[in-house]
Amino acid sequence: MPMNAYSYTLLILLIPLFSFLLIGLTGHKYKPIISGLIGTAGLLIVAVLSYMTAIKYFWTDHVEGTAYTSFKAFETTWLHLTDNLTINLGVLLDPISVMMLVVVSTVSLMVHIYSLGYMKGEKGFARFFAFLSLFSFSMLGLVLATNIFQMYIFWELVGVSSFLLIGFYYDKPSAVSASKKAFIVTRFADLGFLIGILMLSFTTQTFDFQTLVSSDGPALTHTGGAVFMGLSAMTWALTFIFIGGAGKSAMFPLHIWLPDAMEGPTPVSALIHAATMVVAGVYLVARLFPIYSIVAPDALTIVAWVGGLSSLFAAIIACTQNDIKRVLAYSTMSQIGYMMLALGVSGYGGHDGLGFMAGNFHLFTHAMFKALLFLGAGAIIHSVHSNDMREMGNLRKYLPITHITFLIGCITIAGIPPLSGFFSKDEILVAALHHNIYLFAIEFLVAGLTAFYMFRLYFNVFWGKERHYHHTPHESPLVMTIPLMVLAFGAIFAGFLPFSELVTSDGLPFEAHINYAVAVPSVLIALVGITVAFLMYRRTSAAPDKVASALGGFYRGAYHKFYIDEVYLFVTHKIIFRYISQPVAWFDRHIVDGTMNLIGNTIEKSSYLIKGFQSGKVQQYGYVFISGTILLVIIFVYLW
Amino acid sequence: MNIYDFLIMRHELVLVISALSLLIIDLALKPESKRHIIPIAVVLFALNAIIGYLPTPAGILFGGMYQSTPLVIMMKNVLNTGVLIILLQSYGWLTKEENKEKIAEFFILMFTTLIGMYFMLSAGDFLMFYLGLETASIPLAALAAYQHHRTKSAEAGIKFILSSAFSSGILLFGLSFIYGTTGSIMFSDVVFNISDAPLQVLAIIFFISGMAFKISLVPFHLWTADVYEGAPTNITSYFSVISKGAASFMLMLILFKVFSPVIHVWQDILYALSVATMVVGNLFALRQKNMKRFLAFSSIAQAGFILLGIMVGSQLGMTSVIYFILVYIFSNLGAFGVVSVIENRTGKLSMDDYNGLYHTNPKLTLLMMLAVFSLAGIPPVAGFFGKFFLFTAAASAGLYWLVFIAVLNATISLYYYLLVVKAMFINKNETPIEPFKSDMVTRAGLLLSAAGIFILGFWSQVYEWINNLSVGIF
Repeated sequence: MPMNAYSYTLLILLIPLFSFLLIGLTGHKYKPIISGLIGTAGLLIVAVLSYMTAIKYFWTDHVEGTAYTSFKAFETTWLHLTDNLTINLGVLLDPISVMMLVVVSTVSLMVHIYSLGYMKGEKGFARFFAFLSLFSFSMLGLVLATNIFQMYIFWELVGVSSFLLIGFYYDKPSAVSASKKAFIVTRFADLGFLIGILMLSFTTQTFDFQTLVSSDGPALTHTGGAVFMGLSAMTWALTFIFIGGAGKSAMFPLHIWLPDAMEGPTPVSALIHAATMVVAGVYLVARLFPIYSIVAPDALTIVAWVGGLSSLFAAIIACTQNDIKRVLAYSTMSQIGYMMLALGVSGYGGHDGLGFMAGNFHLFTHAMFKALLFLGAGAIIHSVHSNDMREMGNLRKYLPITHITFLIGCITIAGIPPLSGFFSKDEILVAALHHNIYLFAIEFLVAGLTAFYMFRLYFNVFWGKERHYHHTPHESPLVMTIPLMVLAFGAIFAGFLPFSELVTSDGLPFEAHINYAVAVPSVLIALVGITVAFLMYRRTSAAPDKVASALGGFYRGAYHKFYIDEVYLFVTHKIIFRYISQPVAWFDRHIVDGTMNLIGNTIEKSSYLIKGFQSGKVQQYGYVFISGTILLVIIFVYLW
Repeated sequence: MNIYDFLIMRHELVLVISALSLLIIDLALKPESKRHIIPIAVVLFALNAIIGYLPTPAGILFGGMYQSTPLVIMMKNVLNTGVLIILLQSYGWLTKEENKEKIAEFFILMFTTLIGMYFMLSAGDFLMFYLGLETASIPLAALAAYQHHRTKSAEAGIKFILSSAFSSGILLFGLSFIYGTTGSIMFSDVVFNISDAPLQVLAIIFFISGMAFKISLVPFHLWTADVYEGAPTNITSYFSVISKGAASFMLMLILFKVFSPVIHVWQDILYALSVATMVVGNLFALRQKNMKRFLAFSSIAQAGFILLGIMVGSQLGMTSVIYFILVYIFSNLGAFGVVSVIENRTGKLSMDDYNGLYHTNPKLTLLMMLAVFSLAGIPPVAGFFGKFFLFTAAASAGLYWLVFIAVLNATISLYYYLLVVKAMFINKNETPIEPFKSDMVTRAGLLLSAAGIFILGFWSQVYEWINNLSVGIF
């Protein structure tokens, strides 16, 4: 495969950078809408180039039956440290980076178009598009990085642009504190990433991904080395790197920033906190997967359990939230937990790599349906000016397009065939079952919970009682509904992509089948979740339509209807909500958040405790000086 | 000794000539035309900075008391760059009415301290080292008290000279032990006779304490906040970057050159000092409301990072220290430059006064943001690489715990640096600082620091250049 045939991929990075600079520097000189169009046009080109690359890479240039290779479309040396340690900038193409290219450019383009309508008339419209372009540039740079150092740079840039976008409504104090929280928590996790990079590069003497994961490279052939607390240096390095990924991907207990980040404009939540930035952690683990799998299986076990527990934890909390964006935020955390778990339970090569394939597959489908759900939520918020689902109801007759597309999103995430979520989730469950029965049980339960909370949201918003709205809710303009339809299309059909032939752990295709022993129960539990939500939340509807009355007739006919309802209410409200969901939500808010706040407050307090040293008296300064010297003498002359 | 031998010490000679000619020109000038001294002095110094880059042979003078190596010349050039920026940034302040009488003194004193530092860096024995150190310190005290009619400035001067005398006493005490146990003050002799005998460890501790005072390491840092706050802002920037930079270079040179056989002793000492400095500096910085005190404590914390590279003792460590200090010079001067122009224009120094600065003075705000991002180590600005190389150096020596503590502290520091950014961009202010324009010269100084922050991050040749001249323990 000639390398220069792909060198145009550099444009994918340069175009958003260019539109960022253009809008940022000259945006105030012309009408805001021009800035929006510049940004959107830039992204359109990027999307076209990305699709071209994907088609070329996966199909046109691929010789049937051979492994997909990874190669650099472009590379330049940036910092020359020593002769064998340089820092490069470039574009790396392999199955996962090409897949991410499609994800990022699709969602980003949709969000750009959608924002033209959603942000219309907002103060700082041009600024918003400048930041969106900056974010797209950083995210694409992260995805295409040829080495872990470049990835880290873009990783931080992504953090900075997310900080700017969450804090976009800077006159809202909650938005400002949320943006700071997001930045600092993820930076805190990044310190793990940085230490991991240092350890990894010193053990292997390279930053380069291709060298790192090549089968005769320094990482995979590395044996022995320093052992610290029973784990090898490589295990430590990869665990630290995973901490960085867990921070960006909002894994427990570093997830506390994600719900607050919903203060940002909704298109931002769709782009950053659903489809792209938050999956960076998954991408990072996938990128280094061969090392995790072969050299540091212990670290991979940690990945699996953190993912599994996060997904359960978040799913339980999602059942109790009333802010529709927060439900989606916890749902995102839960679905990312799925992906992490999939990577964590995967082996390397052939059918053993099912988890790897499934994790990436779910990343792909999730990006489509979660962006769809977020943008749908944005359309809802846009029309009723509230985030609180208790203030909504019966919206289906006002927002027909939003309603249908949102419903598609809900069915997809619930994992009902033949929509895409079913396929990817099913593969994850199969992979989990092969690996560890407990993890499988957790994910099985989460599948039910997911269906429940999503349909709780759906019924509350689109069915239920008619509310008193300030003005009649109206359907969003086409510029907002078209992205919804496009993404709904993606959510329906993405599952039919032959992922096991495209994105695999070793580049070779394998056959993946639907395992009915897993698929049937998982669909059933999803249906149970939907039914419970239906029984609990649809009933308040003031104007049941045909579907509702048909289903209503089903249980009007049931003799013990009242009794069944009571059981449902008792079990769900009295037991599950009060004794499981509420405590978990409380734990999240008070213990996890509280611990983080406590750390912050302790630092702040100790800063007051030691202020006595700084008295302004020179004689005391001399006293401290001489005490310090004597202390050093005592320690290093007598005690050492 | 022929004429060419003098070229070996051209840095010092050019500065001596500059200082003396300024003294004479100052005498000749009438009071109302004294401000012409500024361009003369700046041009003289710029010449000195350029001459510094001309190639000349390294060499040894005065029987080994004075040594010049490519490494030392590079260190001097690094410092020169910083001083040049400070001189440019001081323009607006110097031309104020209250300073009219003593413009020349500012330059003469500053050049004199610099001469001291250069002699110190080129020292080949402890006598030259000590003389240089004192020549650098005493005019610094006078500079701190430059605005002697202001109580705070006078107090800063007196506090500095008292504490400095104290630290010099301890340092000399240590040096006397070294002479007593090795029988020599020449670096090249001492290195063969140093061991970890208790008396010599004692001497090393005293020596490090004395130097720790100059670099303001905890617990020898207490003078820093008061002096930084009291001294005129441009002098404070000199304290925080040039004085600190020179002392760090010197500490590194002597530890590498003279005390290299006992690296296991001073590595542990520096480890302890580094942790204490980063933690305490950060804790104090967290709640400072005065911008100068805030930057003072943040610069204490930064000094803790410098130790990371020094204690490694390798070439990588040396390169990363010099690179870090170069980056730190630009970043800190960017921050101090903004503080000083705002202080000169409005007299405002509190962080609350900076609320809403973005809406009135966007360019200053951007520079300030760039500077604090660089100090906080956010990629891709230069400060990130500075810290990254230090961490790399420490990690290469297996000091993982230290790296962990350092990265943790870097994260804490991000919090208070963000406070400044938040104040400027987000906080509301009823009475924001009015929009204003600085004079061309000051702006050039600010622009230079901004350019440095950017260019150093993206232009790896600088790192290579430093790396080629670094030697590690020799």
